[in-house]
Amino acid sequence: MKKKKNSFWEFFSSVKLALFCFFTLAIASIAGTIIPQKESPGFYIGKYGESAAEMFRLLNIPDMYNSWWFLSILSLFSMNLIICSIDRLPTVWKLVTMDNLATKVNRLEKMTPRIRFGTKQPKQEVVAQVEQTLKGAGWKPSQGEREGGTLLFAQKTPWVRFGVYVVHLSILVIFAGAIIGTLYGSKGSIMLREKNVAPYFFEFSSSERAMLGFEVRCDNFKLTYYDTGAPKEFRSDLTVIDGGQEVLKKSIVVNDPLHYKGYTFYQSSYQAYDEYWVTVQNQNNGAKKTFLAKPGVEFKWQEAGINLGIVNLLQPDRWGRYRLKIWFSDGKGEPSVFWLDGETLVSVERSDAAYAFKSKQVYATGLQIAKDPGVWPVYIGCMMMLLGLVIAFFLSHKRLWVYIYEEEDKTRILVAGSSNKNKVGFENMFNALVEKLEDNETLQLGKE
Amino acid sequence: MDSSKLLGITTFIYLFSSLIYMIMFIFRVKKIGMLATVITIIGFLTQTAGIGMRWLESYQMGIGHAPLSNMYESLVFFSWSIVILYLFVEYIYKNKVIGAFAVPFAFASMAYASLSPEFNSAITPLVPALQSNWLIAHVFTCFIGYAAFAVACGTGIMYLVKSLDKGKSPESLLATLPSLTAIDDITHKIILFGFIWLSGGIISGAVWANSAWGTYWSWDPKETWSLITWFIYASALHARFTRGWGGKRIAWIAIIGFLAVVFTYYGVNFLLSGLHSYGG
Ligand code: HEM
Repeated sequence: MKKKKNSFWEFFSSVKLALFCFFTLAIASIAGTIIPQKESPGFYIGKYGESAAEMFRLLNIPDMYNSWWFLSILSLFSMNLIICSIDRLPTVWKLVTMDNLATKVNRLEKMTPRIRFGTKQPKQEVVAQVEQTLKGAGWKPSQGEREGGTLLFAQKTPWVRFGVYVVHLSILVIFAGAIIGTLYGSKGSIMLREKNVAPYFFEFSSSERAMLGFEVRCDNFKLTYYDTGAPKEFRSDLTVIDGGQEVLKKSIVVNDPLHYKGYTFYQSSYQAYDEYWVTVQNQNNGAKKTFLAKPGVEFKWQEAGINLGIVNLLQPDRWGRYRLKIWFSDGKGEPSVFWLDGETLVSVERSDAAYAFKSKQVYATGLQIAKDPGVWPVYIGCMMMLLGLVIAFFLSHKRLWVYIYEEEDKTRILVAGSSNKNKVGFENMFNALVEKLEDNETLQLGKE
Repeated sequence: MDSSKLLGITTFIYLFSSLIYMIMFIFRVKKIGMLATVITIIGFLTQTAGIGMRWLESYQMGIGHAPLSNMYESLVFFSWSIVILYLFVEYIYKNKVIGAFAVPFAFASMAYASLSPEFNSAITPLVPALQSNWLIAHVFTCFIGYAAFAVACGTGIMYLVKSLDKGKSPESLLATLPSLTAIDDITHKIILFGFIWLSGGIISGAVWANSAWGTYWSWDPKETWSLITWFIYASALHARFTRGWGGKRIAWIAIIGFLAVVFTYYGVNFLLSGLHSYGG
């Protein structure tokens, strides 16, 4: 029974398993980039043949990254990380918190780098001087009596040994975020025509309506172009209406979404209609009206006695520029017929009054909508990973011992150090410190 | 003088300095080492000026953006990162032979960027999805990582070449290379450095995707390949740290890893389809 548990534990805590997971995840991911994902069943039959397509279906290859076996490898990988960390943490904890003044002198004798000096100075004096020098070099030594001599010990950044564990934990945090997102998140889209209000969107996973619990309205959509005709910006002016109140207004563009109550609204696409808003304003009395005009349909503004319509249209070019030919009558004299150039304002003089005209093409904005409560855990995990990597790669736990003892009417000094990383760098630092000791005139050290 | 001229000149300077590093290595003329370094630095300054000019020119054209927005610009930046990283390694390790294995990558990248008809070197305006500071962070971090992996690939090759030297005669060509342990150490350190930047690159890409589309990870082929590359280097770290892998094995991983980088960067755009086909 006990043996069984041990081999289970050994299996899950081994780095061999980690290497196996890296390898299988890499191979499976390669397969997933070569075989197109999330296509229709017919696609696979056409491309790979009946029997291969059937095998793909059984192995869930068309949605490989969500398949039971891919998720199983990821679970195995997480188990591996958790058990490996539990297995090793106690040792690391000990290394970080241990009392280094308890180190046996004969262990110091085996360390590299290590150096021994002798001096005629009395021991008390030597201890004080060495302590001074260490402090001067930025170390904070503690002191203890050991085997008849005095042991000084100082260390720097012992906690960096946890850096690797921060990295490993970060991966679990990211996975946790991904799981939260899958369980509690929701993604979808909606095509929202200008002036319209949406209380729901269409979920990607189910293709069903998902209620927002509030409403969004698209007040205006604007598309701008570069001189080359390439699109420069898609901009939607959105209003959030919650409980009948307008609570938030924001203009969104592709990389700047709107956030409200856990939902985020992204600008993703648009659709242009063959319809135009035409605004007429009587410049004498200020009366104003906007019509949704379709070419060939006449509109009436009863109170003002006005009739108008679009009688001709030049379709938008690649900069989105269009022209409308307007037929306009205020019942006094001949009707006016004139061109409206895109969104530019045009004034028309009539016998009674002057009228200003403006037009705008009608658009729908394509919004992508996401609710993902797992994003923050994922981001926190990412930060932890970067922080942990920097600690694990660039910082080291440096330890320094100085053992001072009396032998044959001389005071002897044994300096030894160790570092868990960057041994070369540590040795340089060690040598610089030793040089400082040698330069100390009171000590009068002689190498032994 | 405009940016394209400066970058054209840079290509030639890097060709020239690659040749001098190689002559120094192959014919063992140590004396010209200094010349190689000076020329590389001149090339680097010319390139920096070229990149800066390109940035300025984009503002003068009224479509201002950092020069990291398409395949051409990223290849130029890749080459720039290789050189600055190499110069740093040369300075730290006081060894110029590595130049014969690193600077040619910088030259190749520049030559490929300027000569290949697939890439458009004109400054073009950014489509809406690319108008984000996260794009700059993403390309910047990824390419520093890629550059590190290119240099590690160079030192990996150097290791394998050096290990052919069985007789260890002081006369042989390979005796001028640093010792095997030193090369191994350099390769490992550069991989660590690259790994952090690659991690940062993947993360900034995820943040960008989330701010533009609301999905930080969508298993698009390019994302997936960057993850595969990341796995390759992660296994190198673990195999070394816990199983004591070193020497030839790590040298091979450095080479295979870099092939994965090249595929992620280049192969995916042309062989697989996905969101990322931004260059051309
Ligand atoms: C993608 C996932 C992983 C990443 C990014 C990662 C990252 C790292 C890093 C950066 C180091 C430090 C290496 C060095 O200092 O040179 C490390 C060490 C280590 N990793 Fe991982 N790791 C991952 C997964 C795993 C897994 C699944 C295991 C399971 C056994 C594992 C076990 C270890 C061990 C035992 C060490 C040595 C720790 C020590 O004693 O200091 N790692 N890892």
